[in-house]
Amino acid sequence: MSVMIPTAKKKSALAVAVAALVAFLALVAGCATMLSDNDIAAKATAMMKTSFRESGQAKLDRLDQDDVQATCSQYESAQKLPKDVAERLEKSQMATIRYPADGKMEGNWKAGEAIAQNGTGKQFNDDPSKPSGANCYACHQLTPQELSFGTIGPPLLGYGKLRGNSPEIQKYTYGKIYNSQAFSACSNMPRFGHNGILTEQQMKDVVALLLDPASPVNK
Amino acid sequence: MINRHAGIRALMLWTALALAPGAIAQQKSAVDDIARYRELLQDGNPAELWELRGETLWKTARGPKKVSLEQCDLGKGPGVVKGVYASLPKYFADADRVMDLESRLVYCMVNLQGYAPTDAKKQPFGNGNDRKSDIEALVAYITSESKGVVMNVSLAHPKEMEAYRLGKAMFFHRGGPHDFACATCHGDTGKRIRLQDLPNLLLQSDAQRAYTSWPAYRVSQGELRSFQWRLYDCFRQQRFPELEFTSDASVALTTFLAHNANGAVFNAPAIKR
Repeated sequence: MSVMIPTAKKKSALAVAVAALVAFLALVAGCATMLSDNDIAAKATAMMKTSFRESGQAKLDRLDQDDVQATCSQYESAQKLPKDVAERLEKSQMATIRYPADGKMEGNWKAGEAIAQNGTGKQFNDDPSKPSGANCYACHQLTPQELSFGTIGPPLLGYGKLRGNSPEIQKYTYGKIYNSQAFSACSNMPRFGHNGILTEQQMKDVVALLLDPASPVNK
Repeated sequence: MINRHAGIRALMLWTALALAPGAIAQQKSAVDDIARYRELLQDGNPAELWELRGETLWKTARGPKKVSLEQCDLGKGPGVVKGVYASLPKYFADADRVMDLESRLVYCMVNLQGYAPTDAKKQPFGNGNDRKSDIEALVAYITSESKGVVMNVSLAHPKEMEAYRLGKAMFFHRGGPHDFACATCHGDTGKRIRLQDLPNLLLQSDAQRAYTSWPAYRVSQGELRSFQWRLYDCFRQQRFPELEFTSDASVALTTFLAHNANGAVFNAPAIKR
């Protein structure tokens, strides 16, 4: 028996090796007809190009992706983004931010509230001659008066009360609205300044809604 | 199918609710009121009017060839309507393509009834007023015949598997001026836009609940809306260009979402705000 055991072991080892080879060959054969994830992504992009038609202001170039969009599309959530990739994106996006030439970051909070409420702009059925809204309430709680708010983003009630109204906070807030990706790679929040959704004055007004001590956000 | 006209009686109740004073003091009560409103809506569903019209359209000889759609094969053989929607989209060898219900209806209107493709797709959606869509009526009828059937979308054919994977890639595709993907709003659990709950379409239970409640009669639009319409309007809000009716992308995304709902009991046409 003591002689038989190594032989049996050898035989079973051979069987395992053969089985592994068969399995490997089956996998290779399967892969020949199965596209890789990268191929699928490329094919999906090509498919989308032939599946949409331009309409109003929404042209087909909206399906083209910049580095942020292409990179973030590869990860199922921002939490799954590798640290080095996040740092690269944040650095490149930080360089896009253009602060107001006059150095003033804060406008009128009442105008900011109207912008925060407005959910139109950039859709194919929207009039491109009208200014876009920021639709902040779709995702954030802001003033205590507005009960119809979304929860995709964090609540911003008391935003300025918590942080104060220093020049640094003003600059950070303006920058975050201008290009959220500079501070949090693959954030869900639109890049309102970078992508030309809001004008400089509109962004200043939204900063005021968040930071002005007179704004209901901080009451 | 039962009590098809209950919806009309319920119309008066909705009108009363819609005109009720909107001053709501508390967040919680606002959400409660919406839940109660939705519950009341279940009493009667005008989708039944679309179902009736769709059944007539299905059985009426129409088009240049003056034949009905009763020989149309929706996946379970010519003329079979019962339960077909719960297994769509699927691969059809005659078209060598994965097709959803709307694509297949267009295929049959072209190949059986002799319509030109542009005529078959002329009015994919009702305009909320006097111009109703024949396709939406047919969708209402066919889907109503799958009520109570368990969702069972197959990925056995390589083209079905490919459609599923393409749809999944689309789900995460960020683009447009707002950087939105489907996943922006539908990739996380327990979120809302304003007061509207958002299903996480990557979570089986949410995907099942969402998918099996379309098509639906939209009270705010006075129209029965198909799943093709649901995707079309999502992409509008996503700031994308217009999704082409029955396009490859629309079918791929539907395949991904329908398969995620497998195992759930189909329960539409439903009724929504």
